[in-house]
Amino acid sequence: MKIWVPMDSAAKALGAEAVVAAIRAEAETRGVEVEIARNGSRGMIWLEPLVEVETPEGRMAYGPMTPADVSALFEDGHEKALGLTDELDWMKRQTRLTFARCGLTDPLSLPQYEALGGLAGLRRAIGMKAEEIIDEVKLSGLRGRGGAGFPTGIKWDTVRMAHADRKYIVCNADEGDSGTFADRMIIEGDPFCLIEGMAIAGIGCHAEKGFVYLRSEYPDAIAVLGRAIEIARAAGVLGADVLGSGHAFDMEVRVGAGAYVCGEETSLLNSLEGKRGVVRAKPPLPALEGAFGKPTVVNNVISLATVPVIFEKGAEHYANFGLGRSKGTIPLQIAGNVRHGGLFETAFGMSLGQIVEDLGGGTASGRAVKAVQVGGPLGAYLSPEQFDTPFGYEEFDGQGALIGHAGLVVFDDSADMLGMARFAMEFCAVESCGKCTPCRIGAVRGVETLDRIAAGDASAIPLLTDLCETMQDGSLCALGGFTPYPVMSALRLFPEEFGAVREAAE
Amino acid sequence: MRHSHPTSEELQALIDAQMHLEGPLLPILHAIQEACGHVPEAALPLIAETLNLSRAEVHGVMSFYHDFRKAPAGRHVVKICRAEACQSMGANALSEAVLDKLGIGWGGTTPDGRVTVEAVYCLGLCACAPAAMVGERLIARADVARIDAELEGAA
Ligand SMILES: Cc1cc2nc3c(=O)[nH]c(=O)nc-3n(C[C@H](O)[C@H](O)[C@H](O)COP(=O)(O)O)c2cc1C
Ligand code: SF4
Ligand code: FES
Ligand code: FES
Repeated sequence: MKIWVPMDSAAKALGAEAVVAAIRAEAETRGVEVEIARNGSRGMIWLEPLVEVETPEGRMAYGPMTPADVSALFEDGHEKALGLTDELDWMKRQTRLTFARCGLTDPLSLPQYEALGGLAGLRRAIGMKAEEIIDEVKLSGLRGRGGAGFPTGIKWDTVRMAHADRKYIVCNADEGDSGTFADRMIIEGDPFCLIEGMAIAGIGCHAEKGFVYLRSEYPDAIAVLGRAIEIARAAGVLGADVLGSGHAFDMEVRVGAGAYVCGEETSLLNSLEGKRGVVRAKPPLPALEGAFGKPTVVNNVISLATVPVIFEKGAEHYANFGLGRSKGTIPLQIAGNVRHGGLFETAFGMSLGQIVEDLGGGTASGRAVKAVQVGGPLGAYLSPEQFDTPFGYEEFDGQGALIGHAGLVVFDDSADMLGMARFAMEFCAVESCGKCTPCRIGAVRGVETLDRIAAGDASAIPLLTDLCETMQDGSLCALGGFTPYPVMSALRLFPEEFGAVREAAE
Repeated sequence: MRHSHPTSEELQALIDAQMHLEGPLLPILHAIQEACGHVPEAALPLIAETLNLSRAEVHGVMSFYHDFRKAPAGRHVVKICRAEACQSMGANALSEAVLDKLGIGWGGTTPDGRVTVEAVYCLGLCACAPAAMVGERLIARADVARIDAELEGAA
């Protein structure tokens, strides 16, 4: 009997290890031989720990499992039986390209990785000229999944054409946005996919060295990726001669140190170099003067982990999904006060309401949805009145919002929106790198101003609005520049909570 | 093996072990904190000398990052997520209850040196919020009882 139990840290935080221990004990008591295999998460976090039993028909899912539910796994009929995992609505409705293997494979088995299509992309890239590699990425329409949505192929091309003795591929795995966990899930569930994407980037841009800057808040991901790199190196996927291609590429993990701003690419590069994580002015672009002053690609985990499937299936296959200039698929991360929280990969274009109500099943508390913050702490709050907005870069921009790293945090009607606005300012004050005044001082003033408003001083509202404008216009990076998004959207959508009367629509 | 009073030889060994890396300063600070539970003052001149930096520069880097501690924490460190997804599931009430019960504020340590509570901004458990961490153990859908139980278990 073969039983899969996720080693994803969400599954663990929900008790997966206790379930593993219970399965071992039960198997021993019954004298049944059981092989316990570990996988990543399928993304249905509300069902974690989701245990799967291999049968001739396929993998049967059970969840959410507790140790008390284990003994019934060895008998017929189980109250937590969900049916075949692949037949579950949540699975069937997805277009899993980037996350095709996540939850299916043993994260640290290179043979399984290859059997499920892994390394096919890298092998194809090896047969191509650097220019052709870049063209393939351009053709796929892939845009950066870290937030800014910059075309990945164009960034790579700048690095490819730069002349230097060394170049770097830096993977941004700082994933600081609340409501996001896609980077963590793929690193814990299919780390070879990121390694393969970085190797393709290295070959395409003539870079021989990669760094993954991984947040210290993710100890499991750090361990899994470190192990995967060793395995890949031992198998010749990394090293002096990548898969016998004659190209050298190797990589290492660097652990962050709890600074949100280090997710900003230039701050990240300073941190990587061992400096304070202060944001650098651009130009120079990191693509020309990045890590250690050398041309550097900085890409988000999901951007890089999407590259293998683009090469495996072809750029056109990827570009055929999506909406307008938002091509391909996006791993939505549905979080917060939501019934069915988790990761759902789908083509761009699904409406916000469909995501929250249909996929997410509304709030966990059963109360009405009040607001959804999309794109992390710098993203705007959207109200149910905006639920018909399709999920795409330009579509969200049109709503004065952003999709960021595609995290959606749902709030029910008990949410205190003035409190959330205050938190946004407080977070900016705590995390500011200190380089520019509008951010460093403005955020502190923002907290004070919101406290005045909370104390009943509605005359401070214009002050808040002015302050937000100053931050927006005068900040060097999006920490100071975008903190006004959550603040102003909360004020715009819920003026009564700020003591302002909704202006009559005359 | 955690000891909060390392000798300068021990510190130097921790530093030297990272020197093959490009940009070794953060890995050095992590290695020292991992071994000693904090970064002792005595490490700064050693790091500065090895990396050819001023002491003020090393101090400046260390103080920029929330992770590095100047003094040892309590025997158990509880981290509670304060970020938005966790707030939507009651993180504010949770942290208030935990801090009240221990009689400390954010970053504080109980007088008996047993528990330190720190704020963290997102543990990637936003779909099973609120999230906390006791030592190395992650807790999803955390409540006071679960955190207490982990602390008991870790004793
Ligand atoms: C304050 C701040 C935090 C950021 N945090 C992250 C992060 O955690 N992960 C990430 O990939 N990008 C983050 N970014 C965006 C990066 O600066 C950069 O745009 C991105 O890494 C580029 O990769 P991509 O093109 O693949 O998206 C952040 C930006 C800012 C301003
Ligand atoms: S906006 Fe804030 S975080 Fe960004 S560079 Fe300026 S001070 Fe630093
Ligand atoms: S931290 Fe350098 S300006 Fe304040
Ligand atoms: S917001 Fe708390 S774990 Fe992500």
